[in-house]
Amino acid sequence: MQTRALGGSAIAFAVLVAGIAVAFAVGRYPVTLPELATALWSRATGTPSGLPPSVEAVVFSIRGPRVVAALACGAALAIAGAAFQGLFRNPLVSPDILGASSGAALGAVLGIFLSFGIFGIQAAAFAGGLLAVAAVYAVGSTIRSGDPILTLVLTGVVVGALLGAGVGLIKVLADPYNQLPAMTFWLLGSLSAANARDLVPLIAPVILGAAVLVALRWRMNALSLPEEEARALGLPTGPLRLVIVAAATLVTAASVAAAGIIGWVGLVVPHLARFLVGPDFGRLIPASAMLGGGYLLLIDTLARTIGPVEVPLGILTAVIGTPFFIWLLATARGGWS
Amino acid sequence: MNLAAESLAFGYPRHPVGRDVSLAVRSGEVLALLGPNGGGKTTLLKTLLGLIPPQGGAVTLDGRPLAALTIPERARLIGYVPQAHGGTFAFTAFEVVLMGRTAHGGLFARPTARDRDIARAMLDRLGIAHLAERPTTMISGGERQLVLVARALAQEPRFVVLDEPTASLDFGNQGKVMRQVRRLAADGLGILFTTHDPNQALGHADRVALLRGGAVIAAGPASRILTSEQLAALYGAPVETVVEAGGRTAFLPG
Repeated sequence: MQTRALGGSAIAFAVLVAGIAVAFAVGRYPVTLPELATALWSRATGTPSGLPPSVEAVVFSIRGPRVVAALACGAALAIAGAAFQGLFRNPLVSPDILGASSGAALGAVLGIFLSFGIFGIQAAAFAGGLLAVAAVYAVGSTIRSGDPILTLVLTGVVVGALLGAGVGLIKVLADPYNQLPAMTFWLLGSLSAANARDLVPLIAPVILGAAVLVALRWRMNALSLPEEEARALGLPTGPLRLVIVAAATLVTAASVAAAGIIGWVGLVVPHLARFLVGPDFGRLIPASAMLGGGYLLLIDTLARTIGPVEVPLGILTAVIGTPFFIWLLATARGGWS
Repeated sequence: MNLAAESLAFGYPRHPVGRDVSLAVRSGEVLALLGPNGGGKTTLLKTLLGLIPPQGGAVTLDGRPLAALTIPERARLIGYVPQAHGGTFAFTAFEVVLMGRTAHGGLFARPTARDRDIARAMLDRLGIAHLAERPTTMISGGERQLVLVARALAQEPRFVVLDEPTASLDFGNQGKVMRQVRRLAADGLGILFTTHDPNQALGHADRVALLRGGAVIAAGPASRILTSEQLAALYGAPVETVVEAGGRTAFLPG
């Protein structure tokens, strides 16, 4: 098991490195790994690189920020998904189960409808995601009958549907020539707008939330047991659940605000990671982060190179994720699902 | 040590289940809790574990109220063995037993070498070391129950509370689990288990408590309390006693 897990972590790391290499190497201005290393080294040490300015521009201004954004979003969605699957004791849960995506969607379409700038739209999406989950958590915690987990999930589904209705209403009211296409594009997810200036509002919450999830990953094992067993093993389940929901929501809302709604990553990647390293969250969380980053980077590279116009990420992740997930369901014999 | 319920009322704020229950488990002793379905066994067990608060009276450990302890402190004193279940994720037996060490580390701590040693030792103690790397979703119900006992032991508790430890097990596995439970008492642990089978209580418990309608209708040494009259009163149905030539007794539903 130990050797298998080590090998699995190595594969996850290899996917991450491959994702970075392919992302830089493919496109109108290909950058090789040695060029990338030279550019980064010269920037770090302050010495001239001797590379053509166009290569440096691609690395630092055009593709670099997009690569970092894809890594951050992919890793964020994957670890949030892994944490939620454990917390809700259900391998079919994705990070938007508590309404983070639908809240962010409502925030973003409202921002577009009110003609906010890019930054305003992202801020509205971020706030919408956090507010939606806070509302779901507050409502779910006041209902004190039955299993707290099930109550929370059902509240999330119901509130998500309501927020979806809100998104529909704004789309109906929106200007069909300018605003509606922007909303549709945003709702399908894209990293094409990623630039160096936007990275901080994405990276800061992702690092903060991810640090909490990584720090608590050893406790997630016992937390994935039925409520009473977890408490009998010595876990304060209530406060711990709140902290994990808050951290996972923070990273999810930040990535949705930056890149729109990218489905499937948070659902599929934890399964892949579990397949590689087993269900132990101590290894699963880091493996999910590496695999999620590499996976979304490969998808994003595909999205910007596959056709004359960029394909929305949400469409690609669904096209790849659906058959993959059906295959998972068909082949898994309760072994690691 | 002594884990005791003192004039305990238990249940939920608007759904009282039982009241005025007094019983005690001492170190090195096995207490069986018998009673019909809906009699309050599981709710009483959860109250004794501190998972739901008493509605009246108190649960005490050596006279100190259990409610004064923190959740991890409690977990280091009382281990809980739930009914065997497959679980959502395919943790290996070793990983499951290692979770028993949760209360011994900090919130951010990774399992130490000592934690791993203890987990391995507990698998060994229950004779299931060969299952260590097997996913618990792919072993038998009896093996899974033994893994959960090993997990409770990894908590290094003074008491182990088992909820119908043999409910879903075949005949052979029932004996295997109960023999292990008996051995734990010999090692000085206080054991409390619930069961539907009076024969099991007679064969493996030192003392029994009969719980009906949320009240203890009889308690005392197993051989004295377990009679066909008491059992008939407990279950509200006739019970036959069969005595073998060697003097061993068994009960049959009449």
